[in-house]
Amino acid sequence: MKKIFKLEGLCCPNCAARIEHAISRLSGIENVSLSFMTTKLSIEANEDSLPYIIEETKKIIKRIEPDVKMI
Amino acid sequence: MKKNIFAIALSFSLTVLSIVFLKNAKPVQLFVLIISYIVAGYGTVIKSLRNIFRGNIFDENFLMTISSVGAFIIGNPFEGVAVMLFFRIGELFQKHAVNKSRKSISSLMDICPDHATVLRNDQYQIVDCEQINIGETILIKPGERVPLDCIIINGETTVDTSAITGEAIPRLVSCGDNILSGFINESRVIFAQVTKEFGESTASKILELIENASMKKSRSENFITKFSRFYTPLVVLLALIIALVPPLFSDSFTFSKQIYIALSFLVASCPCALVISVPLSFFAGIGSAARRGILVKGSNCLESLSRTKVVAFDKTGTLTKGVFSVQNISPVSVTRESLLEIAAFCEYYSEHPIAKSIKKACKKDLNAELISSFEEIPGYGVRVELCNKLFYAGNIKLMKMAGFDIKDTSAGACTVHICSEKEYLGYITISDEIKEDSKSAICQLKQLGITKTVMLTGDISETAHDIALKLSIDEVYSRLLPLDKLKITEQLLSQCKKNEKLVFIGDGINDTPVLSRADIGIAMGALGQDAAIDAADIVIMTDEPSKVPEAIRLSKYTLKIVKENIIFSLFVKGLILLLSSLSLASMWAAVFADVGVSVIAILNAIRILRKKQF
Repeated sequence: MKKIFKLEGLCCPNCAARIEHAISRLSGIENVSLSFMTTKLSIEANEDSLPYIIEETKKIIKRIEPDVKMI
Repeated sequence: MKKNIFAIALSFSLTVLSIVFLKNAKPVQLFVLIISYIVAGYGTVIKSLRNIFRGNIFDENFLMTISSVGAFIIGNPFEGVAVMLFFRIGELFQKHAVNKSRKSISSLMDICPDHATVLRNDQYQIVDCEQINIGETILIKPGERVPLDCIIINGETTVDTSAITGEAIPRLVSCGDNILSGFINESRVIFAQVTKEFGESTASKILELIENASMKKSRSENFITKFSRFYTPLVVLLALIIALVPPLFSDSFTFSKQIYIALSFLVASCPCALVISVPLSFFAGIGSAARRGILVKGSNCLESLSRTKVVAFDKTGTLTKGVFSVQNISPVSVTRESLLEIAAFCEYYSEHPIAKSIKKACKKDLNAELISSFEEIPGYGVRVELCNKLFYAGNIKLMKMAGFDIKDTSAGACTVHICSEKEYLGYITISDEIKEDSKSAICQLKQLGITKTVMLTGDISETAHDIALKLSIDEVYSRLLPLDKLKITEQLLSQCKKNEKLVFIGDGINDTPVLSRADIGIAMGALGQDAAIDAADIVIMTDEPSKVPEAIRLSKYTLKIVKENIIFSLFVKGLILLLSSLSLASMWAAVFADVGVSVIAILNAIRILRKKQF
């Protein structure tokens, strides 16, 4: 299952890379990619673990770049 | 944005004031400098404190805070303010440059309107494109973009297809023609029936492809991400060593001087320039390609494309038009016109592509009543009774059957011989036409350092070799079934060295497995063929093979810029780290190494978008 989010206010490329790295280490994740240019985050995971991953992703983003809104 | 500029301007003027007027009043000067520091840097300091509490120490805010505060502590308040000011100015520039490039790329993608005029309940209404169903009638005015894929049911106009196909010449379309979303209606009002929903329409598909392209990261991007993960902690460690170790061993290294060096290290350490410029360059490359009718499905494809060494083509529909046409009329005892006319009569009832091409070449209106009998002899040709005379049209075997022993003159082309009961009349050769730009495409590929060009075709070997010779293609494989094409591709792949890439270009008809097996599969003219678009890495929207060398040149240019940026940023940063560790560079230089380099790298990446010709 693939989900795409838009990260509004993403302006530091290094943080984007770190967010991506942190998400990729969550358990149950199959594929993650964050494009700094389009500010789009795509997460692939199986259906059961997706809600957990989205919750964790929100936390990660809040930790690394608190100004970013996930839509 | 405005708030930022104001803060920077205020802080800057306060700093200048304090230097010019308060030179002799040190405590007052310090006070003013602290105020100006707070004005410029409070946001950064707060952010870094917040991040520390979140267990997230090494970010640039932290680095800037610690080094500027450090400068204050070791008695260089002016430098502390300057560092913060520069950082803010640089950040502002960087943000601006990123936004601008995001915008200029997304304006490339602005090919799809949100609303369309629909006929509903006998009235024209403006409706959100997503709510329009298949089969509804829409009205497209001159100057408007076609909102959804549709078929014209009334009206005639010219459309500008450049946003979708990269083709500059407007196309004339009329009733019954399919038009794709993203075309611009140039001259007259047309009415059209929607054939695809918004999400399935061409323009939306293209947008989706480009947007997803930046998700598939290239090796350079991954390298940079990995690099930056080790780089920052490493520099911080080095800074610590520089600050603490030398003073322990020798008195000539004072703590304050060593700390200053360590702080400069920290400032220069942010890997942003690299992390930002590489994906930006790829993104610009993908955007620029899209504007030329070349859809690249990922940064990784763009990167591999630049290392292409072997190019394999499908023949029909890729190098040739896939349309048969009469090449040569060789009469023996009649005129050219009458031979063609007799041939056209003979083939009148035949639906074979070759028959069609003969009928097309003979522009006369044929009176079908003159044909009194028609018989198709499978594997041979046709026998026709025309004005009470018998005529045969077909291959050599048919001529033999009719009693004429003809020598085989066909050189690769397909030949139709014609005879009457009494005499042999001549023959007509028909072949698949080579596209206008095929030859120049192959020629350009060779100039680009492609070592081998290959043609794969299901056609007979004479035809294949004939075309390969005309186009100067190195290797030909003919009489291939789709599965054989896959086998040959495997063979070619195994001959390639590790860093050499094999590109396969096909029109998507029965070669989808090869498209996905090759290092890079390019689907040509494949608009609307979803299977081919899915299997391919790159989709060329026009029918021109010359787009292939263009794409390779663009990818090489993009990679050149990426390399320039990586080398330039690493070099400047390394140099400044070295100089500052020998205390030859001030913190100013370190700030330049951080934000200045970022801005230059971004501007360099933008050059890809600016370049008009590849």
